[in-house]
Amino acid sequence: MKTRAIPRRELLKNSRALVVSFSLFGPATRALAQQFDTLPLPPGSNPYNNPDYLDPTSLDSWLAVMQDGSVTVFTGKVDLGTGIQTALAQIVADELDVRFDQIHMAMGDTAKTVDQGRTAGSNTVMRAGPQLRHAAAAGRAELLKLAAARLEAPAEKLVVAEGVVRVDGSPAKKVSYGELLGGKRFNVKVAAKGIQTGLDVAPEAHVKDFKEYKVVGTSVPRVDLLPKLIGEFTYTSDFRVPGMLHGRVLRPSTVLSKPASVDKNSVRGIPGVVKVVQEGSFVGVVAETEWAAIQAARALKVTWSTPVAKMPATADEVDSYLANTQSFVDTVVVNRGDADAAFSAASKTFEATYHWPFQNHGMMGPSCAVADFRGDKVTIWTGAQGTFTTRDRVASMLGFPKRNVEVNFVEGPGCYGRMVCDDAAEDAVLMSRAVGKPVRVQWMRADEHAWEPKGPQQLMTARAAVNAQGHITAWEFTGRTFPWTEAQGTPQLGERQIGQKSTAPLPGSPVGGGAIEQIYDFDSQKVVGSYVDWPQDEPTPLRTNPLRSPGEPAGFFASESFLDEIAASLQVDPVQFRLRHLSGNQRATETLLAAAKQARWKDRPAPAGPSAGPKAAGRGVALAIRGRTLIAAIAEVEVDKTTGNVAVKRMTIAHDCGLIINPDGLKFQIEGNVIQGTSRALMEEVKFDATGLKSLDWKSYPVIRFKDIPEVESVLISRPELPALGAGEPSIVPVPAAIANAIFDAIGVRLREAPFTPKRVLTALRANGALPAAMKRPSPEISGT
Amino acid sequence: MAQISLKVNGRVRMVDTDAATPLLYVLRNDLELKGPRFGCGLGQCGACAVILDGKAIRSCITPVNAAQNRAITTLEGLGSSANPHALQRAFVEEQAAQCGFCMNGILMNAKALLDKNPSPTADEIRTALDPILCRCGSHLRVIRAIQRATAYA
Repeated sequence: MKTRAIPRRELLKNSRALVVSFSLFGPATRALAQQFDTLPLPPGSNPYNNPDYLDPTSLDSWLAVMQDGSVTVFTGKVDLGTGIQTALAQIVADELDVRFDQIHMAMGDTAKTVDQGRTAGSNTVMRAGPQLRHAAAAGRAELLKLAAARLEAPAEKLVVAEGVVRVDGSPAKKVSYGELLGGKRFNVKVAAKGIQTGLDVAPEAHVKDFKEYKVVGTSVPRVDLLPKLIGEFTYTSDFRVPGMLHGRVLRPSTVLSKPASVDKNSVRGIPGVVKVVQEGSFVGVVAETEWAAIQAARALKVTWSTPVAKMPATADEVDSYLANTQSFVDTVVVNRGDADAAFSAASKTFEATYHWPFQNHGMMGPSCAVADFRGDKVTIWTGAQGTFTTRDRVASMLGFPKRNVEVNFVEGPGCYGRMVCDDAAEDAVLMSRAVGKPVRVQWMRADEHAWEPKGPQQLMTARAAVNAQGHITAWEFTGRTFPWTEAQGTPQLGERQIGQKSTAPLPGSPVGGGAIEQIYDFDSQKVVGSYVDWPQDEPTPLRTNPLRSPGEPAGFFASESFLDEIAASLQVDPVQFRLRHLSGNQRATETLLAAAKQARWKDRPAPAGPSAGPKAAGRGVALAIRGRTLIAAIAEVEVDKTTGNVAVKRMTIAHDCGLIINPDGLKFQIEGNVIQGTSRALMEEVKFDATGLKSLDWKSYPVIRFKDIPEVESVLISRPELPALGAGEPSIVPVPAAIANAIFDAIGVRLREAPFTPKRVLTALRANGALPAAMKRPSPEISGT
Repeated sequence: MAQISLKVNGRVRMVDTDAATPLLYVLRNDLELKGPRFGCGLGQCGACAVILDGKAIRSCITPVNAAQNRAITTLEGLGSSANPHALQRAFVEEQAAQCGFCMNGILMNAKALLDKNPSPTADEIRTALDPILCRCGSHLRVIRAIQRATAYA
């Protein structure tokens, strides 16, 4: 067995017992896997069956027909800047037979919409789409019933276009939706069961066959872009109410301990300061102007007590903790076949460990919210992904009935999972309560970088057995990570600072890479997602939250890199090697081949071989699945062997998400995912040490810029006979693996730790000898036996 | 506090403010403009950009008194929904924004670029916009939209 270049596994094996800087907690078996887009609820409970919720069985909860014939659609989902309101409006326009521009979307306000679950997990088109489609179909049937009576014609004789009902064969006999119902309520009940994303609305309503769609499947331009581009759009940070004051919070960029002293005199000289707010460990300032609030927050002298919790000193320490701490739940994704037999009969075995760092969501604007606290009621304006989650947390914090907390959605900057947890809303409520006036809170950049909940570090190990025919006969994969605690309804920063305890974590969805069993047909497979508890007596900046396609860019980086390592060791072309294990999986095969064709892939094993000059070109492939969406990526890179710099020149994506609602919108999601995924793969890594977080701005946490943006080519595979399967996140999943595989192809060196910084590339090249001769050996660092 | 005279989008506006206040907060809170946005407050991301005497600058780190009596153009000064600027029109046609939060910085810098170089190459656009951050990944469409806008100018 050869020694690998990056002996992370050995490091983990040798690390002594458990790392003392973490507070330790015994293992416990907790609830089963919980999707973070649905909050835990007692079994059998119906959250809608009380006055805190709008009733999903009332058609009026979903649709309102205006006198001009336009239709307002109410949805608990929100637009996070992906254009989802355009896609949902397309679905409803088709089902109702109105023009696209007759639809107006009202999104996310807790008092006006049905709780359809958080806008997360690429589930909006997939889950809320059918909910709205069925509600619209029920609405159309009701409108036709009214039209039949008005026109004195049987309903089956009626035809509808652009919201005008006509009698087939007698075009003069017509009536519009506006004339039938404009400004009035339906007063009609529909069936509804389940909750949130699992809500089933009007299942009996007759919906159209996809062949009848006119608006779905077309690239309708987004409704929100012109206002955004001319400065008329109101983002959360633009939202104002009369008499509003400005607040800022004070939180150190390390463990959030108690303030030992707050010197209120230190802000005396700043005109416009209204109040220094201190409640428990919460410290904030409220001022008449934003600039005064900022100056006061800078000037306020706070001494923080010695923390109880501790920060880890290094990422390696965190890996040791992940590797050596008993997990509190192991989600066995698949466990089939006889692995022992496969390993003992193997002609070659492989083993590797991969590392993924803590990463930021990196909203372009920091957290912001406005709250107006009035006696026993509070109104909040926020860009939360789950306005109902914000409402429930604030109600819990204040001890209010849920209905006394009204949360209105005002779109913020793109958030990619960050706004599943809404800290600024709580901050604004605490400060509004303290001063008795509406308060707008905006975090400063360092607050956001320090205290946004991070995408967690991940550690993945893989083992495989290969038979004499070069076929993988056994595959074992374990992903270890922290649960996405802040997304699970646990008290958040403000609440914890005023004394509420963090609740026990739940596991997230199966750790990324687990879904590989849905792609490949290895005879024996064991895939386990292990969650390690990380209880903290005080909040730390390494709190965790889902980050776009949670866990999966890392998981597939590991599994698809590992597959590539095996293919290279066997000297088999990476596309051919994958095809070898895809028998019977037609969608995966077609997706992979579509990407290969578009990228003009030529069969040959990796690496490419010695390159002349300092720059080496390479190409790499990766195949992934997210939910039921399949994605293949082919990366073309250029590696500078003298500087270690990796330039991603082009990324080709083939994408099968079933029914496509808006092809251009889908292409744009793919471009965004590729660019963000390239950034995360090449340069993003939250830096910290025992004293606190070190990535506090865009210099210390760089993200990709214009000069480094790859060209993106996408192949959209349309399967209108399938449901729409989700597209907001999936195409980020294969990006890091495709880049890692392309780097190997270029320089013959395997990177098992992300991000692929120049330093890591140079270190790996040096460890590998960095000699052209070494590059002739396939997969020189793999532990093939 | 000081009386400061600002020339914003062709109009003279008087504000009563601390002279050290960054221009961004005066534009947003005193003049109620929504184009320039707070992204970092450190001059690192570009979301706050305005054009000052023909140059795109970061209003979050520019004290308001430094802008006194100089021509300030904000996103609102570029065009309107009835009469969008060539860039705004081209960005809509290319569907070149996702969340749109960074677009103020991108458009103001693109405007400053086109004023100097009416038909930039893709590489020149990449270089000019490199200091501006976009997190959603609209970059490729932004480049195409700017090139499209040159045809309208």
